[in-house]
Amino acid sequence: MLEVRALTKSFGALRASDGIDFDVKEGETHALIGPNGAGKTTFISQLAGDLRPDAGRIVFAGEDITALPAPRRARKGLARSFQITSVYPEFSALQNVALAVQAGAGHSFRFWRDARGDPALNGPAQRVLEEVGLQQRKNVLAANLSHGEQRQLEVAMALATRPRLLLLDEPMAGMGLEESQRMIGLLAGLKRRQTLILVEHDMDAVFRLADRISVLVYGRVIATGVPEKIRANPEVRKAYLGEDD
Amino acid sequence: MRAFFREYLLWGTIIVVLLVLPAVATALGMGFYIDVVRRIMIFAIAAISLNLILGYGGLVSFGHAAYLGTGGYAVAILAFYGIHNGLAQWAVAIGASALVALAIGAVSVRTSGIYFIMITLAFTQMLYYLGISIEEYGGDDGIRLKMRSQLPLLDLADPVQFYYLLLALMLGAAYLTHRIVSSRFGMALRAAKSNEARSRAIGFSPYPYRLAAFAIAGAMGGLAGALLANQTSFVTPEYMHWTRSGEIMFMAILGGMGTSAGPVLGALALLALEDALSQWTEHWQVILGPLLVLSVLFFKRGLAGLFQKPDA
Amino acid sequence: MTFTLIFEQLLNGVQLGVMLFLLAAGLTLVLGIMNVVNLAHGSLYMIGAYLAITAAQWSDSYLVGVAAGLAGTLLVGMLIELVALRALYRRDHLDQVLATFGLILFFNELVAMLWGRAALFASLPAYLQGHLELPGGASYPLYRAVIIAVGLAVAALLWYVVTRTRLGMLIRAGASNRAMVAALGVNIRLLYTVVFGFGAALAGLAGLMAGQIYTVQPGMGELILIQVFVVIVIGGIGSIRGALVGALIVGIVDTLGRAFLKPLLATVLSSAAANTAGPALASMLIYLLMALVLALRPAGLFPARG
Repeated sequence: MLEVRALTKSFGALRASDGIDFDVKEGETHALIGPNGAGKTTFISQLAGDLRPDAGRIVFAGEDITALPAPRRARKGLARSFQITSVYPEFSALQNVALAVQAGAGHSFRFWRDARGDPALNGPAQRVLEEVGLQQRKNVLAANLSHGEQRQLEVAMALATRPRLLLLDEPMAGMGLEESQRMIGLLAGLKRRQTLILVEHDMDAVFRLADRISVLVYGRVIATGVPEKIRANPEVRKAYLGEDD
Repeated sequence: MRAFFREYLLWGTIIVVLLVLPAVATALGMGFYIDVVRRIMIFAIAAISLNLILGYGGLVSFGHAAYLGTGGYAVAILAFYGIHNGLAQWAVAIGASALVALAIGAVSVRTSGIYFIMITLAFTQMLYYLGISIEEYGGDDGIRLKMRSQLPLLDLADPVQFYYLLLALMLGAAYLTHRIVSSRFGMALRAAKSNEARSRAIGFSPYPYRLAAFAIAGAMGGLAGALLANQTSFVTPEYMHWTRSGEIMFMAILGGMGTSAGPVLGALALLALEDALSQWTEHWQVILGPLLVLSVLFFKRGLAGLFQKPDA
Repeated sequence: MTFTLIFEQLLNGVQLGVMLFLLAAGLTLVLGIMNVVNLAHGSLYMIGAYLAITAAQWSDSYLVGVAAGLAGTLLVGMLIELVALRALYRRDHLDQVLATFGLILFFNELVAMLWGRAALFASLPAYLQGHLELPGGASYPLYRAVIIAVGLAVAALLWYVVTRTRLGMLIRAGASNRAMVAALGVNIRLLYTVVFGFGAALAGLAGLMAGQIYTVQPGMGELILIQVFVVIVIGGIGSIRGALVGALIVGIVDTLGRAFLKPLLATVLSSAAANTAGPALASMLIYLLMALVLALRPAGLFPARG
């Protein structure tokens, strides 16, 4: 579904992405882990379309999307959630998701009909909210949701665009134990129907959810494989797992 | 429910007051107020159009006076060549302004922040200089309108008929804007203002929506310009002076950004304030200036914010 | 259209460019480092002109006028920073635009109250009058040549400060990444004040030099300010080099356009058409140039932020 070849990005003298090869098979959950400063954020930004690589290719569902800007990629089915919560604070949870539905529903050059009560938008939005478990809070302003609920909203918005590939950037960032468990449950359910790229620090989540894991260190992928292999890999243990709990 | 009710109450009051004003003013021997309120309503239309891109779109356009100028000059130039048909004049005014907005927007909407402010200001000034330099159309002194736009059924030379036409147009502009901001188009525009990165991530490309909004606002501003030309019977490059842009901006802000009644209240407040101050002293701007500064620092929510919440 | 004429207009263009540079340098730093839109920058220029002329008349000494212009502008600048700008640092650009717009109204009217609306007349001391001999037999006003010299000297001074001193390093760092500089523990407040003061002094310098050439009346600041905006957009926010290049380009294009576009057009159009189109097009020239630059380089020629 996704193929990345020789992706390179430098900021001055710093090689944030150093010839990264990465691929994701349809239906799999591929986790990306690595210590802080490894270049995960840079890599994600290039996948999402916010950053242009200096060299390399990104092929999505057989199509070269390297030069496509972020909105076009989203419309082709590559959805993402943000590491630092990025929702529409002054709109309700339902409206947030409805906007995502609207974005995926063709152009929005309709000037007359009230979009706020449009069942074609609100219906699917409700269903997605139910799926992530936020339906009770649908009329609450996004700014007033708890941190964990906002992270759920992030996932909901990515889902609402009916993506073929979901790029989740640290969905559990800043969550307490209980909230994390809930998110893992949500993702476990998602995993069955979606192709996922999961960037995470929470090793519990990673090893429970991932079909494959890639390890990014200093801008290079030093290992890719099934979780057991990665756990046992001595280089990985040295570079990363040794520092974590 | 209660906020909903308050908004209707506010609009209801505005409409009723404006409907009866001509009769009441004439009865009280203060007929000149009809003229004053006509001017307020024209600027309200301008402020409504700016509110669309500024209050809902987040585009800090410091060049809105350009469209008042384009609309005004469209009417004046056509009249200069003997074309007095109001419908034709106003159609050209609206069309020309929309085109100018598209041209300016095509270059500026791609930029953001400080650049956008400076660029819109610069382009408006360009039009101002253009107006000054074309001697045929009055140059610095402007053009006098030989006669007002000729409309079927209505006589704009009649102060009361003109007044009610303006009221209808102002309400129409407010209603049209109201529908636009709640439509899919409006929501996409507002989403881009609220969180641009998020909008791009779900698949909205802000540029086309912002450009379209810019053109719509320009067209409506052009109508306001055409109306102003008829109100004053005189069109000068001052229509496009950057201080005009600032005034309209203040009307939109003072009234309350992103609310439906805001621009109307803002136009009323600013023009009434200017009027009152200028009665008091010739140097009223030395007082208005600091007042505006204070209002920005301490009164951001604006007048309508006292009555209604910004649209959600 | 002789070579002498063209050369003279070219020099005029450089002279205008240098004036624009003085204003643009301060403003672009304030925009780039402090992220504040200060529309009242033109007011400082106006105040510089008025104070210099008035002080020179009272004291009968040009140099006293110069000192008064610089000191006075610096003082007013500090006052503006303290009273209004401090409150605006954290606000969004819209608030800054509106508030400084209010300041413009205030200053223009204040000046009108104190000095009247009519243009003020400024006179040059004897040692600055007269002409310079140019190669080719032309003569150029000495005063304008002095302005060019002063402007280039300031450019050189700024270049030195920005590239060779610690302050300059902080300025460049701040222009490209404000948050980082603050995070490094630099006294941001002090940096801001210094930068703003710099800008105000430069604006005052431009103003006091302008008095003898341009019309001195309320509102003079805004006329040149908009050209300064064009310079900054072309040059790139936060970049002194961009301000210099942009200012020279704008100054030269505008001056040459106004001088030669009409006669140039008259060779291909009828004289009546050229009479209209010439001045009209000339007045639009720098804005069209700005649009062109934007289309090709949306962040200007030398943006400070890579």
